[in-house]
Amino acid sequence: MLELEIDGKPVQVDDGSTVMDAAKKLGIYIPHFCYHKKLSIAANCRMCLVQVEKAPKPLPACATPATNGMKVYTHSPAAVKAQKGVMEFLLINHPLDCPICDQGGECQLQDLAVGYGQSASRYDEEKRVVHEKDLGPLVQTFMTRCINCTRCVRFLDEIGGYQEMGQAFRGERAEIMPFLGRTIDSELSGNIIDLCPVGALTSKPFLYRARTWELTRRRSVSPHDGFGSNLIVQSRHDVVKRVLPLDTEAINECWLSDRDRFAYPGLEAADRLTTPLVKRDGQWVEVDWATALEVAVNRLKSVIDEEGARQVAFLAHPMATVEELHLLKRLGEALGVGLVDARPDRLDARADAARGAVAWLGMEYADVAALDRLFVIGSALRQDLPLLAHRVRQAAKRGLEVAALDFVADDWRLPVAPRLVAKPSEFVARLAAVVRAAAEAKGVAVPSAAGEAAAPNEAERAIARQLLSGERRAIWLGALALAHPDAAAIESLATELAQISGATLGWLPAGANAVGAQLVGAIGAETALASLAQPRSAYLLLHLEPEDFADEMAAQAAFERARTVVALTSYAGEALRARADVLLPVAPFTETSGTFVNLAGMAQSFTAVVRPKGETRPAWKVLRALGAMLELQGFAQQSSEEVTAEALPSGWQTRLARTGVSGFSAATWPSGEGVERIPLVHPYARDPIVRRSPPLQQTAEARRLRMARLHPDTARALNVAEGDRIGVGMGCVAEAALDAGVPPGAVLLACDETFARAGHPWAVLTVERA
Amino acid sequence: MLSQDSLAKIDREIAKYPEGQKRSAVMAALRIAQEEKGWLAPETIEFVAGYLEIPPVAAYEVASFYNMYDLEPVGKHKITVCTNLPCALSGGVHAAEYLKEKLGIDFGETTPDGLFTLKEGECMGACGDAPVMLVNNHHMCSWMTKEKIDQLIEQLRAK
Repeated sequence: MLELEIDGKPVQVDDGSTVMDAAKKLGIYIPHFCYHKKLSIAANCRMCLVQVEKAPKPLPACATPATNGMKVYTHSPAAVKAQKGVMEFLLINHPLDCPICDQGGECQLQDLAVGYGQSASRYDEEKRVVHEKDLGPLVQTFMTRCINCTRCVRFLDEIGGYQEMGQAFRGERAEIMPFLGRTIDSELSGNIIDLCPVGALTSKPFLYRARTWELTRRRSVSPHDGFGSNLIVQSRHDVVKRVLPLDTEAINECWLSDRDRFAYPGLEAADRLTTPLVKRDGQWVEVDWATALEVAVNRLKSVIDEEGARQVAFLAHPMATVEELHLLKRLGEALGVGLVDARPDRLDARADAARGAVAWLGMEYADVAALDRLFVIGSALRQDLPLLAHRVRQAAKRGLEVAALDFVADDWRLPVAPRLVAKPSEFVARLAAVVRAAAEAKGVAVPSAAGEAAAPNEAERAIARQLLSGERRAIWLGALALAHPDAAAIESLATELAQISGATLGWLPAGANAVGAQLVGAIGAETALASLAQPRSAYLLLHLEPEDFADEMAAQAAFERARTVVALTSYAGEALRARADVLLPVAPFTETSGTFVNLAGMAQSFTAVVRPKGETRPAWKVLRALGAMLELQGFAQQSSEEVTAEALPSGWQTRLARTGVSGFSAATWPSGEGVERIPLVHPYARDPIVRRSPPLQQTAEARRLRMARLHPDTARALNVAEGDRIGVGMGCVAEAALDAGVPPGAVLLACDETFARAGHPWAVLTVERA
Repeated sequence: MLSQDSLAKIDREIAKYPEGQKRSAVMAALRIAQEEKGWLAPETIEFVAGYLEIPPVAAYEVASFYNMYDLEPVGKHKITVCTNLPCALSGGVHAAEYLKEKLGIDFGETTPDGLFTLKEGECMGACGDAPVMLVNNHHMCSWMTKEKIDQLIEQLRAK
């Protein structure tokens, strides 16, 4: 511990702290621009100059180590003189365009200029002008405003994992820029907007839409992935204008993924449903809620009466809230319907059923930092959970060794070694070989699940050795592994591996409320996706569009054949308009209260941030009304909190799984000529809101994953070159891209509209030049 | 992209640093690349960055910081004139003006015959010899009076 004095107040700080840390501990504010608590120290803005006793000149508080007996003055005449001098230099080239600057009102430079700037500049020479840079569809530049603090450069390098921007040239000509002609493609790129202390980097979708002081701020929780990032949703006149991170150290820290930040334009999509619609003689008719509910109830009742409740399925998106899923489940149970499920991306329901307990990360996010060894099985970690990938990246810098068995070796922007890549048909066998290698390395009996595994190769042995060598270990099953047709076999093997190695098993199911869905029992004997093979006569859909299924065409076909489809949805999308009979406008997350349980097992409740649009109603109230109209018990809750309390009775945390399942073996893979499909869930097509967000759809990542990605060897064998138009499966044509990360004999076709016609997500396809 | 010869030279530079510290060789690698290609095109910088396993912008930061790297094609003879304060006070600016007039080009420009490029330089550490000039990054010229400038240009033309 060090003892020092700042502005006459004594303070104790840990060894290695800086003067800035000590001042923060005392609650003393030292003006700064380049310093940021989560980034490395640059000390290049010089705004935090302070006076230190016995030091001959002012010192930067952010970079000066605290020492015993140090006496620091942050607001003495000498310190203020130095700070004012720095401010004068910073303002020499900074334009006076605050009235038209988006940062105006929330600008650190503007705020500090009030305290340290002068009313007029002594500089009357020509000001410097810096050309704009095209950073892509999300970040707008006004580079003349840049004060070269390099926060954005350091963020992309240290947090994003790859230095996409740099400071080029020198002195007065120094410029912040990406490499010539490049855009910023990090999935965390929006954070540089928050970090920029001036208006040099601003939000492109928010540009000139509103002033910060006009906006209403409310807290919310992200519905786009299971990480559960906390949001500040800003709105004006009940329209969401901007989404910012809510600093929550245990979850998203001060960051937000681009998906969470820029999905909000989707809330205002042209096809937002604002009145109940009923299809009469093939025509959509606007009706009032009472009529719509009556029609919905009658349609469902007639199917139940004539064909039995088993012929009805209630399917939901895993972004539905705990309250909605709880009432959906209760409604389904009371009616005795055949299936209530919220897994539109998965095929194999055996593991969830056998486990009983709820699949989750197996640890809190903070525990990731303490891991020594991590083995990730079948995950698109960066696309699925950008901020979990960030946590792994930071842990890797401190010594975490990450290994992976992947369907695709995508760049996670962190060291992953050893890394195995296997196509779907060989995935289980490779994992079995790792299990066998681990058993052999530890000298225990090879578990029967891996009994038939081939002798492990060097990479498989290396993974086993690595996993056995650390203190704190974890094995994670990614969403793609859980979506695999043999998911139960994969989980069995992972469970064996966890037992052999003493690792904690974790699951990364897709969907913001995938954990909550399991907790309220919104998972059936078969998955929503698998159930499409035997179409039901009636469907009730919650926040779910055909596009949300890993097999969109199968969903369309099933709904087409059904006698009735009632959709509780925020959007009247084309596919739903074509297949459904009743469309009930229900609130997206911004217009309802609800709860999501994230992957770390934290239940986070939120309230509506804006008024429901038009006739939109919260889905939990609609489900309650349906229950009441069907004269069922248990639909008399007065508030969403009452529903939450029913859905998550105290002690629910004990239901989080501690171990996986065992005893499931893989089915034989259909042998056939062709190329195996890898159905990565497209990061910007996974829920109805992000699909409708134009800025996200324009990103490089969105475009990259709309190409059919093939290994160069596969492409050569098929006589396909980069950029060729190729036909995959039945009637789907796409551009080919060569990607050495895809295993030979496979093709990466994301689950997205582009590849909807490719057929079954795990199909063996014919690929040929179109 | 680069010749085997240049790559061998870069490898020698990389070997001077501990393993995993390839990026330390970025200045030398850019120099070697420029010697072979004449200037540093974006593709060349990107190639060097890839060879050293660093992001392209990290190599571009270095290439744009030091003015001995040429980000544009240059003539056969690149003359860099120091105009920093000590040189400027001892005739550096006048020497530069004279050169501009004589060659008919401004800083950063190349004569139409492709022979000469004029560049404004930073301190060359020889303020006592002002005005100073550097020819093609390697040949240092001191006390550059008008007569000596005439001589220099004649010599270079004759080469």
